[in-house]
Amino acid sequence: MSLYAVQKFLFELNRSESAQAQFRAAPDSMLADFDLTDEEIQALLEPDIGLLFHLGVNGQILMHFAAFHQVEWQDYLQRMRDGISKHGPVREGVYAMTTAADAVVAPVHTPSNTTTSDGDH
Amino acid sequence: MPLVYAGVCSHAPGITGRSDQADRAVRDSFYAAFDLMRSDIEASKPDAIVVIAAEHFANFFMNNMPSFAIGMADHYEGPIEDSTWLGIDKQVVPGNRELSQRFISEVMKGSDVSYAEEWKFDHGIMVPLHFLTPRYDTAIIPVNINCQGPPLAPLQRAWAFGESIRAAADALPERIAVVGTGGISHWPATPDSGKINVDWDHDFMDRWCRNDRDALLDYDDLSVYAEAGQGGFEIRTFIAVSAAAGGATGTVHFLEPIPIFAVSCTVASYAI
Repeated sequence: MSLYAVQKFLFELNRSESAQAQFRAAPDSMLADFDLTDEEIQALLEPDIGLLFHLGVNGQILMHFAAFHQVEWQDYLQRMRDGISKHGPVREGVYAMTTAADAVVAPVHTPSNTTTSDGDH
Repeated sequence: MPLVYAGVCSHAPGITGRSDQADRAVRDSFYAAFDLMRSDIEASKPDAIVVIAAEHFANFFMNNMPSFAIGMADHYEGPIEDSTWLGIDKQVVPGNRELSQRFISEVMKGSDVSYAEEWKFDHGIMVPLHFLTPRYDTAIIPVNINCQGPPLAPLQRAWAFGESIRAAADALPERIAVVGTGGISHWPATPDSGKINVDWDHDFMDRWCRNDRDALLDYDDLSVYAEAGQGGFEIRTFIAVSAAAGGATGTVHFLEPIPIFAVSCTVASYAI
């Protein structure tokens, strides 16, 4: 129902280690403080990154939430693509998808497919 | 004392978090440009670095969103992100509350700003600091321009804000450096991450180097969104630095697309 409430919850979670500990210990009770639909609650608990993206969660907020769940970068991108394929275009907000469902926008360079240098950081 | 340094750089989280997934040669050239920027800043002997950033919901949300905000604390914490994911350990970053207060008071003579005695840094500030003050031994004055939650302040206001920052720096006895950080064209944190409009970026940085006010302000958010993505809204930070540079012209030290980092990775500075 309320994209604002979903994002407000994630904002509070992303910026606070104590909130993250609380969410890990008792996720249902923390979500009860926010005006969320059953669909939104389920998406947050699972977490269903694809559905949250489809609902219009700002990508910066969603990216931090995915990192909190240790979702690897390419997996994060794929989950969003899968969400669009399953649910349709992003419902609202400016963080939409403009490329094709099977696009590979940012290929990963590995030692076998890239140039090398001696430097490291 | 007149402003001692003005430059800009990228801040995308992949720069540190996905460093092993980029073309190493290009990546290392980019890191070398960051090292050059660090040495230039160190040579300017700043008492504080004003970092004009575009944060990503680490402090400000749509319940109370300032267009322009400045930190006023002795210490800041960051990153808020998972340290392993970002590739940067949790840090306590030094600030200077008393200096911030005087700086803010001067900025307020020309621009309305919010101030914040609490501020958590996300990748938008931590990635630049990782390269520019790796020992976290220089006082930071964090500045934020809302580039995330529309409505956003018009570019003319970002320019005016940059002028106010310059006037404030010049009015204080301390040596102040200004670093702007943001992306140019990019579609960050979406499935489109890695999409980059290279021509648009080069055109923007050409305007930036010429410090052509009219050309820099000749954008609107609809066209920026269409051609440069939602990440393109962050040009506000670069434009504020242009205004702070007071008519100086600039040099691009590095401008190359690194898709796995999601942006045209950029390091540039003004000859102030």
